[in-house]
Amino acid sequence: MSGDQHIRVVLAKLGLDGHDRGIKVVARILRDAGMEVIYLGLRQTTASIVAAAEQEDADAIGLSMHNASHMTLAPAMIEALSDAELDIPVIVGGIVPDQDLEPLRDAGVAAVLGPGASAQEVAEVVRDAVAAHAS
Amino acid sequence: MTARTGTAPKTIDELYDAARSGHRRSLGRLLTKVERGGPDAEQISELAHPDAGAAHIIGITGAPGAGKSTLTGQLVGLLADAGRRPAVLAVDPSSPLTGGAILGDRIRMDVPASPGATSRDASQTTPPEIDERVFIRSMATRGHSGGLALAVPLAVRLFDAVGYDPVIIETVGVGQVEVDVVGAADTALVVMTPGMGDAVQANKAGLLEVADVFVVNKADRPGASDVRRDLELMLDLSHLTGQEAADGYRPPIIMSSALDGTGARDVLDAAEGHLHHLDEGDGRVTRRRQRVQTEIEARMIQDLSARAAAVLASAEGAAVVADAERGEVPPTRASAALLARIVRPDTG
Amino acid sequence: MATPDNSDTSGRPEPTPEYEAWREAYEASRLRDVPFETMSGVPVEPVYGDGPYPGQYPYTRGVYPSMYRSRLWTMRMFAGFGTAEDTNGRFKELLANGVMGLSTAFDMPTLMGRDSDSPWAKGEVGHCGVAVDTLADMEDLFADIDLDSISTSMTISGPAAVALGMYVANAEKQGVARAKLAGTIQTDIFKEYQAQKEYIYPPRPSVRIITDMIRFTSAEMPKWHPISISGYHIREAGSTAAQELAFTLANGFAYVEAAIAAGVDVDEFAGRLSFFFNSHSDFFEEIGKFRAARRIWARWMKERYGATNERSMLCRFHTQTAGVSLTAQQPEINIARVAIQALAGALGGTQSLHTDAFDEAMALPTEKAARIALRTQQIVAHETGAGIVADPLGGAPYVEWMTDEMERQAEAVFAHLEDLGNGSILEGVYAGVDNGYFVGEIADAAYRFEREVNAGRRIIVGVNDFTEGDEGQQNLLRIGAEVEEYQLKRLADVKQKRNDDAVRAALAAVTAAAADPTRNVMPPIIEAVGAYATLEEVVMAMESVFGTYVEKAIV
Repeated sequence: MSGDQHIRVVLAKLGLDGHDRGIKVVARILRDAGMEVIYLGLRQTTASIVAAAEQEDADAIGLSMHNASHMTLAPAMIEALSDAELDIPVIVGGIVPDQDLEPLRDAGVAAVLGPGASAQEVAEVVRDAVAAHAS
Repeated sequence: MTARTGTAPKTIDELYDAARSGHRRSLGRLLTKVERGGPDAEQISELAHPDAGAAHIIGITGAPGAGKSTLTGQLVGLLADAGRRPAVLAVDPSSPLTGGAILGDRIRMDVPASPGATSRDASQTTPPEIDERVFIRSMATRGHSGGLALAVPLAVRLFDAVGYDPVIIETVGVGQVEVDVVGAADTALVVMTPGMGDAVQANKAGLLEVADVFVVNKADRPGASDVRRDLELMLDLSHLTGQEAADGYRPPIIMSSALDGTGARDVLDAAEGHLHHLDEGDGRVTRRRQRVQTEIEARMIQDLSARAAAVLASAEGAAVVADAERGEVPPTRASAALLARIVRPDTG
Repeated sequence: MATPDNSDTSGRPEPTPEYEAWREAYEASRLRDVPFETMSGVPVEPVYGDGPYPGQYPYTRGVYPSMYRSRLWTMRMFAGFGTAEDTNGRFKELLANGVMGLSTAFDMPTLMGRDSDSPWAKGEVGHCGVAVDTLADMEDLFADIDLDSISTSMTISGPAAVALGMYVANAEKQGVARAKLAGTIQTDIFKEYQAQKEYIYPPRPSVRIITDMIRFTSAEMPKWHPISISGYHIREAGSTAAQELAFTLANGFAYVEAAIAAGVDVDEFAGRLSFFFNSHSDFFEEIGKFRAARRIWARWMKERYGATNERSMLCRFHTQTAGVSLTAQQPEINIARVAIQALAGALGGTQSLHTDAFDEAMALPTEKAARIALRTQQIVAHETGAGIVADPLGGAPYVEWMTDEMERQAEAVFAHLEDLGNGSILEGVYAGVDNGYFVGEIADAAYRFEREVNAGRRIIVGVNDFTEGDEGQQNLLRIGAEVEEYQLKRLADVKQKRNDDAVRAALAAVTAAAADPTRNVMPPIIEAVGAYATLEEVVMAMESVFGTYVEKAIV
C-alpha cells in the first residue's frame, strides 16, 4: 500500500504574527507535491501544535514566522515536542537572517526555508527532513 | 517502512493498549495504520471490534461552506464541558491530481487556539489550555472512495473502542460514499444554509433521506425561513414520495447560527433526542446492522476488485482478454470465466 | 530660452470652458516658490491634455487643481521599534531630516491588543514596531514633539479606539486640545479579516466601534482622519492590483454605509476618510490603479451615496512602496525598485508617500537604509520634474486604457459584493469575510504569482535570474531581549503606581458603554487610559461584550 503513504505535515503560525501569505502558498505547494497538509492557521500555541501533531500523527511540522520571533518561539516548539516525547522534525519558514541559522539548527530545527525558496526546494526539504527522521 | 519516527517501533497490540489507557500519540499512530489499510488495519479491526459498541455515532454533512466545521467545534465544546470525550473524524476531499490535500477543518473547530478566546478576566489572559478530552483527526478522501468506505468505519470503531463518545464524522455531502458514511451513523445531521443549493439540491444528493436532524445554519440570514418552510413541506409530503421513515419519525429542523453559537445546544439536544428515539425501539441495533452490512459490502467489493485486477493482470487474464478482443468469446463469457478463477464454485 | 511667440507651442490645452474653469481654480491656488521649468530651463505648463482636469470631477487626473505645484506630497516615514523612547529618538531624527509627518509602527502584541506581559507577547515585544502598553508609553513616544504642529499617523486597526484614546489623553496632558490634533489612525478592520489578520472582535462589533470613532472625531477632532482605508496589506498578502483597488474601495463603501446607517450625514465624515495604497513594480498598472481609484470613489460617493460636498468625493491617499517586492538577495538593488515605485506613486498623484528601506526584507531598517529611502523620494520630488506637472501621463493611450481596465475589474467585484449583500456593499463585505471570498481570491492570486516565478515565466532580478553578486546580509538591526525586559519592568512600574480602584471603575464604564449601542465608547476609553489602564485591559473590557473573532476561512 505504499501508494497511500502520503506525508502528513502540520502547518501553523506560532504566536501573534498574522502574515499568512507564505504559509498558504507553502500549503498548496505541499498539497501539489502529494502531501497531506493539516493547516492549523493563525495564532497557535506550542501546546495546540503538539496536540494537533499527536492526533494527526504528523510526519513533520512547518512553522511560519515573519516577526523576528523565531529565536524565541522555534526553540520553545522543539522543547514542547520533546516534553511530549514527540520526535517530529520542525521546519521553519519565513524571514530568518543568516546569522540565526546555526543557532536554530543547534536548537533542533531540522531545516529553515527562506524567502525565495522554490516549490521544488520546499517539497524536497520536507521530504528530506521526514526521511532523515525515519532512518 | 513502519518506523516513521525515531521512537522505538511499537507493536499494534502495544499501541492499542496505550491508546485504551489514553495515550493520544498511540491513537494517532493507529489511525494512520487504519488509513493505510492492509494487514495492520485488519489487526486493529480485530482488536477494536469487541471493545466497541457504546459510542453514539453522529454524522454531520452538508454542502461546502454550510458551517459544518464551526458547528462541530461548538458541539465538541459543549460535550467536553459536560465531561464527555468527543472524537471527530473530519473528512476532506483530496486533490484528484496529486492525492495531496489541505485539511483545514481543525481551524474551524479549534476555538481554543485564539488568543482572545481566553478568560473574561482582563487580568488573566493566558493562552488557553488544550482540552485533553477532545480528539480531532483529519482524513483525506485520497481520490478513491473505496479506501474511504473502509477507513471511516474502522476509524470510528477504533475511537469507540478506546473510549470516545460520541464519535462525530464530519464530511462534505457531495459523493455517494460520503452520504452513505453519514447515513450509516446512529444520527445523521444535515446542515443547510439559506441561498446555497437549498433543499431541492439536498434532495437530489439523497441527503434528505438520510437526515435524522436538519440544521438550518446562518439562521440570521435572509432566506433562512424559506429553507425551513421548504423542508417542512418536503417532510409533509414524504409519505407521498416514499421517503417517510417506517416508524413515523419526523426529523426536527433546528435553526442555528454557527457564528455566534446560538442553536448549537438545540442541535445537540436534537441529536441526543434522536438517540433516545432509537433506543426506545430497536433502532440502534438496526442502524448498527446496516452499518456493519455497509462495511462488509465495501470490504467485499474492495477485495473482489483487487482480485479481479490481479486475475486480469495474470497471463491467463491477458489471454482471455485477447480472445475477447479477437471476437472468439463474448465479454460476458470472458468475465464469467475469470470470475470462476477468483470465486470458489460452491459460493459463486 | 523663451518660446517663439508667432505660434503657441506651449502645449497649453485648448481654452474650453472646462479648461478655463480649471485655470481659474489653479490661479487661485498658492504655489510653491520653485521654477516651473525643466532642468534645462524649458517652461512647463501645470497640466497638459484633455479634461476633466485635476481638481475636476471625477478627479481621475488629481484631487487638487495645482497638485504638487502648491504642495509636494507629504514625505511620511513609517517608524517604530523597541521601546517608546527608541522610537521617539528615530522620530526626532526624521523630523530633523525633513520629514513632514510621523507614522507610528506598533509591535505585534500592541496591534493584537495584548500587553507586553501577556504570554502571547513573549518574543515579540518591540520587534516589528514600538510596544505601547499604557499612556506612559504614549507619553514617551511623543515626548518633546509639538503635537499641534505635526501630523501623526498611527498604523493600528484592531485596538485603534484605544490607541486614539491614548493619543488624545497624552495631548491633553501636554496642554494640546483634542480639536487641534492632526493625523490619521488606520482603524481599517475589514482589511484585517481579508489580509493582515490583526483583528480582535468579530466584524459587526468592530464596525460599531468604528462608527463610534467616526462620530467622535466628526464632533470633536476636526483635523483628524478616523480611518485610513488600506489596500496596502491586501496587496502585500498577494492580491492583484485590481483586487487591491476593488477590495479597498468596497471596504470604503462599507464604512460609508455603516456611518450613514448610524445616522451620520455623509458629507459630515466622508471628507475625512483617506486611503492607503501599495505601489508595486509594474509602473503603468500602478498609475492606472491610482487614477481609477479617484474616479471610482468620486462617482460612487456622488451618485450612490449622495455626497454633495466636493471633499466627500476626493480619494486622497497615502502610498507605500511594496515591501513584498523587496528581495533578501542582493538587497542594494531594492533601492532601484523603491525609486521606480515611488515615481509611480508621484505620477499617480499620491498625497503622501513612504519609501521602504532596501534592507527591510530581512529586518527592521537600519538608520542608513531608512535615510536612503527618504532621500529616494526627495530625488523624485526635487530632481525628476514630477513635482511641477500634474498627471503627466494622462492622455497616453496605454495609461488611459489601464485606468479603464482597473475600473472595469473593480466594478465587477462591486457587482459580486452587491449580489452577496442583497444590494448592500456593507452586507456583501460581511458575507465575503464570512464565506472566505476575500482570503480565497487573495490566496489564489498569490499562488498563481508564486507558480509563475517558480516556473521562471516571471523574472525577479536576483531571485530567479541574475543571481550572481549576492554578498549576503550585513548590518541587520536586531531587537535584543533587553527591550522586552525593559518594557516588562516599565509596565509593572505603571501598574504599581496607578490607582487600581480608579482603573477598575473606568474599565467597568468602558464595558457598560460597549454594551449600550446608543452610547459612544470613545469618552470612557479616554478616561480609562488616562487612569493608566493598559491597552489589553481596555481591549478585554470590550471583548467581554463583543466576543472574539476566529478566522474560519479556507486556505
